[in-house]
Amino acid sequence: MTADEIRKAILEILHDIAPDEDLSGLKDEVPLRDQLPLDSMDFLDIVMELRKRYRIQIPEEEYTELASMASTVKYLEPKMKDM
Amino acid sequence: MATERPDHQRIVITGVGLSAPNGNSLPEFRHALLEGRSGVSAFETRYFGPTVAGVCDFDELRHQKRKEVRRGTRAGSVGIFCAREAVADSGLDWENVDRSTVGIYVGVTEHGNVETENEIFLIKGFDYDTQYWSHHHNPRTVANNPAGEISLNLGVTGPHYTLGAACAAGNAGIIQGVQMLRLEECDVALCGGVSESIHSFGIFASFNSQGALAKHELPERASRPFDADRNGIVVAEGGCMFVLERLDAARARGAKIHGEIAGYAMNSDATDFVLPDPGRQAECIHLALRRAGMNPEDIDIVSTHATSTVSGDAQECQALRRVWGDNGCHTLMNNTKSFIGHAMGAAGALELAGNLPAFDDGVCHASINLDRLDQQCALPGLVANRPREVGTINTILNNSFGMLGINSVVIVKRI
Repeated sequence: MTADEIRKAILEILHDIAPDEDLSGLKDEVPLRDQLPLDSMDFLDIVMELRKRYRIQIPEEEYTELASMASTVKYLEPKMKDM
Repeated sequence: MATERPDHQRIVITGVGLSAPNGNSLPEFRHALLEGRSGVSAFETRYFGPTVAGVCDFDELRHQKRKEVRRGTRAGSVGIFCAREAVADSGLDWENVDRSTVGIYVGVTEHGNVETENEIFLIKGFDYDTQYWSHHHNPRTVANNPAGEISLNLGVTGPHYTLGAACAAGNAGIIQGVQMLRLEECDVALCGGVSESIHSFGIFASFNSQGALAKHELPERASRPFDADRNGIVVAEGGCMFVLERLDAARARGAKIHGEIAGYAMNSDATDFVLPDPGRQAECIHLALRRAGMNPEDIDIVSTHATSTVSGDAQECQALRRVWGDNGCHTLMNNTKSFIGHAMGAAGALELAGNLPAFDDGVCHASINLDRLDQQCALPGLVANRPREVGTINTILNNSFGMLGINSVVIVKRI
């Protein structure tokens, strides 16, 4: 998957987790929690959905890599490049 | 005797919110009951296949965001809808109510079956690898979930919990509300019962294995308490929450009062896991009457529990005969499950609610689908198929019984 495709996949997950939110103006460099009402259970949802949809395992100590869209895409690129 | 209590200890219903398979407000529900309109429809559930059920169609998004619906449970959504509607009906100035003085008491027959079945179904797709088991499972399945979701949604910081009382739970929720108001543990009680049971295939399968699940080619004819051709329960979802207050507080704010809780009782059969005991049921009714300072002939309407099973209906009729005698009196008897099926934890609360407007319209709704009355169930005063105009109705006695021999009775009087 390309970086754009990964971004789109993350947006789809976010849309399911935060269905009341307008994601069209999401700023990639700004932490997700500064733009969206996401709590710790929501972040676990992102981890779970990546596991379910793409079989990606994210160690707990690396959860901080999912802080923003940009950091998430950068973190996932090597894991998803062959998908 | 309820009327001898000071007003501060007299508990009244000031708000009703509900979702039934045939109505999403008390006026809608009452209209359907008087029209003889069933809420039972064809339904299909995972593994079990086609069956019939009482299915609700309330708008979850009226009081919840999509995210809340996704995160929570069906029972939570039912509870939130009913509680919000009850508060609106009560006329309370909710924004200025001290939420720490509100208590939430929700009766449930069961909770967690639906969510557990869903998770097991989902991880089946991952070869039962438990790392795919949702972190939402525990908050969805803790026994207080439906009451807790109401607390979160309404910002109530007083006590909240559920009461597991099988199919007596709706009455149990009401009784808890009355008791907590009298103990001054709260100033406003949001109480009643909820059911999400149709979303659990196990509930249908277990009743089916027990030989107690209704089958009929016409869904609306499947729930037929007291009829000779009844063959089991129609499982239903739904909910009903009441706002209860002390009479002095209700009067001080000029609230509309739907009725006063004049008496109540709960007891146990201590005889069998599933078979009811007419003797203990009759004792429970007598105890509620005694606490209300009433005699059987003081009751205008008995809202029966009968679930449309062969043995259960006959045994409740035995209990009713022990209290009212074989010849009866003016007391009328009806049944709400004939319209909506068995709404489990919500049943007692919904069945009481549907009868409350009788204080205003003077009509006793019927028990429908009585084509061939079972002579064991030929109760004096049974209102069959068509509502009966009475004129003045002052008292309603609401039966609600459940598995493991749990019995509950609530008596409400006009005020």
